Amino acid sequence: MKFIDEFRDADLAKAVINRVRRNSKRHIRLMEFCGGHTVTIMKHGIRQLLPETVEMLSGPGCPVCVTAHQDLDKAIALSREPEVIITSFGDMLRVPGSYSSLQRVRADGADIRIVYSTLDALQIARGNGDKSVVFIGIGFETTAPTIAASVMQAKEEGIENYYVLSLHKLCPPVIKALLDSGEVKLDGLICPGHVSAVIGSRPWDFAARDYGIACVVAGFEPLDVLQSVEMLVSQLEEGEPKVEIAYRRGVRPEGNLRAQELMSTVFEPSPAYWRGIGEVPESGLRLRKEYQAFDAELCFNFDPGPTLEPKGCICGDILRGVKTPLDCKLFRGACTPEHPVGPCMVSSEGSCASYYHYESL
Amino acid sequence: MCLAIPALVKSIEGNEAEAELGGISRRISILLTPEVKVGDYVLLHTGYAINVIDEEEAEETLKLLTEMASLEEELEGETP
Repeated sequence: MKFIDEFRDADLAKAVINRVRRNSKRHIRLMEFCGGHTVTIMKHGIRQLLPETVEMLSGPGCPVCVTAHQDLDKAIALSREPEVIITSFGDMLRVPGSYSSLQRVRADGADIRIVYSTLDALQIARGNGDKSVVFIGIGFETTAPTIAASVMQAKEEGIENYYVLSLHKLCPPVIKALLDSGEVKLDGLICPGHVSAVIGSRPWDFAARDYGIACVVAGFEPLDVLQSVEMLVSQLEEGEPKVEIAYRRGVRPEGNLRAQELMSTVFEPSPAYWRGIGEVPESGLRLRKEYQAFDAELCFNFDPGPTLEPKGCICGDILRGVKTPLDCKLFRGACTPEHPVGPCMVSSEGSCASYYHYESL
Repeated sequence: MCLAIPALVKSIEGNEAEAELGGISRRISILLTPEVKVGDYVLLHTGYAINVIDEEEAEETLKLLTEMASLEEELEGETP
């Protein structure tokens, strides 16, 4: 496929790796924020190809993984409400909440439908006027505009049975929270390509300016990731951390203004609770007053019950980059993709699932 | 989750378009990319085009990497 095959060229990749090996003198720690990047790195064995001086850490960039137990419990509680149809991206179904999962309540008879797009959820709402259709809104800035678009569409068409449980998260604030915690020492950041396709590269400026972190926005093919590592190594060897875009075919410095406009018309920033990280100010999105008629949290009276975290699961530490899946006692034993204990093993882009599938024993 | 794949826009009708990805045809929303034209590639994410792919920039990136590769080859040749 065009724009994919060219960026998997083995000869070019070899040259970039050679250049990294030659240029990298001092030990550096880079974090790939996005779970999609983790998959590329693990699948293509990129960590093993890089010199020992370049250490790679996985970040919290997996929306399914960072969805807190209490929020998942809300979705499960909503699915038990009478005359409610839950619509969700497929990844969410198997994530265990405190006492159940969407998959289990579905087996018990709840009407839960996997959709590929909010366009499908709207269609379900149009076809089921006698029921309430709730979309479980998870995702980062890449996805939030598409959910904003669905809410605007529903308002325009007068669809009154469509609701969103807004569990969206924003990326730059959580990176700031990680850097402020001082728990993980980073030199460079591989910034998420498709989040940046929407927000642009400028929201990362603070990391270079205030924290001295080298930042490169990367695409998702192996050559894209290698190129970003090469650029980060060059920046750090030259001692001039800044924000650069490697993924220039998909990302402009200003981002997608139309998508940003839609997102801010429907949503406003709010505090959000991240699994493993806790509450981060201004890192979530809630529906604005004008769109509150679509807010599932306000329109339904439901009780998710007390939150119960699973014992022994270290997803939280893994999401903060403090530990790797190999440090977890449950990994490959009690916790597998077939029987996941934590969300990092459920989502295909969770660190645990990536390690499970691609890291040799 | 933030997966977006290149899709070729074949025809446009209002806020929607017919796009081809890997030989499959799909109806997509172009609400977020009003500037898109027939023949453009877009990044498709959950049924929505989230950006138009800049073909010139893609070529530029590949040119840069190819130049890097020939430079590396020269340098390798110099190493005994």
